[in-house]
Amino acid sequence: MMNVATGAVDATIAIPVVSATILAMVSHWRLAARLNVFVSLATLADISLLLLSRPASNGLFLVDDLNIVFLLLNGFVGFTTSIFSAGYIAYELETGNLTPRYLRFYHAMYQSMMAGMNLALITNNLGLMWFGIELATLATVMMVGIYRTHAAVEAAWKYLILASVGIALALFGTILVYLAAEPALGAGMGAMQWTNLLHNARLLDPAMLNVAFIFLLIGYGTKAGLVPMHAWLPDAHAEGPTPISAVLSGLLLNVAIYVILRFKVLLAHSSVISEPNVLMIGTGMVTLLFAAIMLYRRRDIKRMFAYSSVEHMGIIAFAFGVGGTLGNVAGLLQMMMHSLTKSAIFFTVGHVAQAKGTQKIADIRGLTSSHPLLGWMLVVGVVAIAGLPPFGIFTSEFLLITSTFAHAPILAVVLGLGILLAFGALIGRMTTLCFGTPSPGSHPVRASKTPILLHFGIVLFGGMALPVFLYDWFAHVALLLG
Amino acid sequence: MMVTLVNSIFGPNGALSLAHALSGALVLVSFMMLYQDRLSAVINVLALHSAVLGLAVAWQAWIQAEPQLYITAVIALGFKAMIIPLALHRIVRRLNIHREVEAAVGIGLTMLAGMGLVALSLVVMLHTAAHSAVLAREDVALALATILLGMLMMIARRNAVSQIAGFMSLENGLILAAAGAEGMPLVVEISVTFSIVIAFIVIGVFLFRIRERFDTIDSTALDAFRGELQ
Repeated sequence: MMNVATGAVDATIAIPVVSATILAMVSHWRLAARLNVFVSLATLADISLLLLSRPASNGLFLVDDLNIVFLLLNGFVGFTTSIFSAGYIAYELETGNLTPRYLRFYHAMYQSMMAGMNLALITNNLGLMWFGIELATLATVMMVGIYRTHAAVEAAWKYLILASVGIALALFGTILVYLAAEPALGAGMGAMQWTNLLHNARLLDPAMLNVAFIFLLIGYGTKAGLVPMHAWLPDAHAEGPTPISAVLSGLLLNVAIYVILRFKVLLAHSSVISEPNVLMIGTGMVTLLFAAIMLYRRRDIKRMFAYSSVEHMGIIAFAFGVGGTLGNVAGLLQMMMHSLTKSAIFFTVGHVAQAKGTQKIADIRGLTSSHPLLGWMLVVGVVAIAGLPPFGIFTSEFLLITSTFAHAPILAVVLGLGILLAFGALIGRMTTLCFGTPSPGSHPVRASKTPILLHFGIVLFGGMALPVFLYDWFAHVALLLG
Repeated sequence: MMVTLVNSIFGPNGALSLAHALSGALVLVSFMMLYQDRLSAVINVLALHSAVLGLAVAWQAWIQAEPQLYITAVIALGFKAMIIPLALHRIVRRLNIHREVEAAVGIGLTMLAGMGLVALSLVVMLHTAAHSAVLAREDVALALATILLGMLMMIARRNAVSQIAGFMSLENGLILAAAGAEGMPLVVEISVTFSIVIAFIVIGVFLFRIRERFDTIDSTALDAFRGELQ
């Protein structure tokens, strides 16, 4: 059984890497799209194996309560997005926005990105973690620029430059963590192994760790879209293909937050006194308020939901900053629910943009009359993402506000204000998008409903009846997070 | 005379002073990059920057007896000090952008900000790394200064080629920090990864003929690109 488990760990990276190579050579796009769905399902199945038997951690890999959740989420959303992507690219080929030649490249990059994210999630080595994020970033940069329009190239360039600087700073932070550990743990790989560092956390140099965390928060925070390093995010979401917007928001932002959490755990168990929490609360608050205000001026539908992702990353950073069992549980739940909701919203928006032939909010009206199914799904998505009951995000935001209120009432008021601001903007836009007389000029689209309904179903279930075992699990992880 | 010179370099303290001299030279070359007003001059300074890094890393490889660091040194000397600058010169010729470096922030102000950043990084790192080995401490402080100066270059200059130069000098600072951290694993892999990123950026500029950073003072043009203009 042990061998199966270690094999499954290797396969989380091997399956996407091998399939990326194969997909780069498959020129028949329909076959490639199906193959992409199939290997994504295989990766998901492989990750599910890890639930059954968990391998012991070694120098390279680590599977624990914290990352198994995100691995599973990664596999699941990666799979549903591949289904959505198959329908999406069929339409893009029909309209001539993409050519089959680019699709080979697209599918190869899709799997490379999955490999990078899985590596960042499952590795025990801080250097490999960095490398995984870097790989996923480069793959998404290429996909954002795939339409080759002026705006797409601009977005990809901006993303490449900002993400490179962010990643460089994250590496500097990693080097500082190594320097903090090296005097106590000795030179070599041991001082870059997360489990080893955690085990000896009390021996690490606290002053150095503190400075390191600042660089790590800025560096990986750039990838998570925290203000003021968020500038790449709206452009990349708006100009790239919609399946990529879905995985960027749904997965890559989460992976960046996850990496920050790993370092936060280290600091929580070392002799550093609570400074990372203040930093995270501050960044989260600024991010939330800024994004909530920016939501009001958006005229592009994908750009609007991109700012909503920034807003949610702010809430999540804030939640982990507040910490404590409730704060951490709220943060974890919010990450999961946001990931599922936002990717489903992007699936819907992708179909809407294809149906209407535009992403401009002003040109999309009355969706519930012209495309009832898409329209109502968008209504459900916006209601869920804005934090209304009975959806999962309501649960996590409610948990967060109540737990913050207990510690610091003023912070809770600011938090509530930010959430309400964002709520107003989203609901206001939703009414013009979905209701009223439909705007002219629309085509029928074959929407792939299953992924969207599946995601909303889980989010609804999470909001109505959060299973006790899931809460217990999150509470257990929350203890680790400190 | 010769013996004392050799001793002062290869002796226990001499090893440190040469390592510090090379790291300090890197910061100095970063400053030189900030006040260049022609693109080809920026590229030449970048080549010098990478060459100094190559020497510094080779020296670290020697004093730490870490042979794999020589690979990183060779990457710096060959790829970053020769191939990339040649490619950048070609881009400048092809895109016909010999004209002056467009400064978003004036040169005097940039230099002043640069001095502030160096002071900041020395104060912060020398203070926090008080318990680390002497070699690592000063090295990290100077490396941070190089990184921050690279960021300053990226912010203060508008042209895509000067941004690449800024990013590469930033990355040189990182490699210096990684090489100076005694026994740090994966340094070679990291420097190879960064070389790939840089190749990406340079090829991107060449393929898409990106001349400038996209933000312009004229924000209506920007809004039009973004579809934010009604």
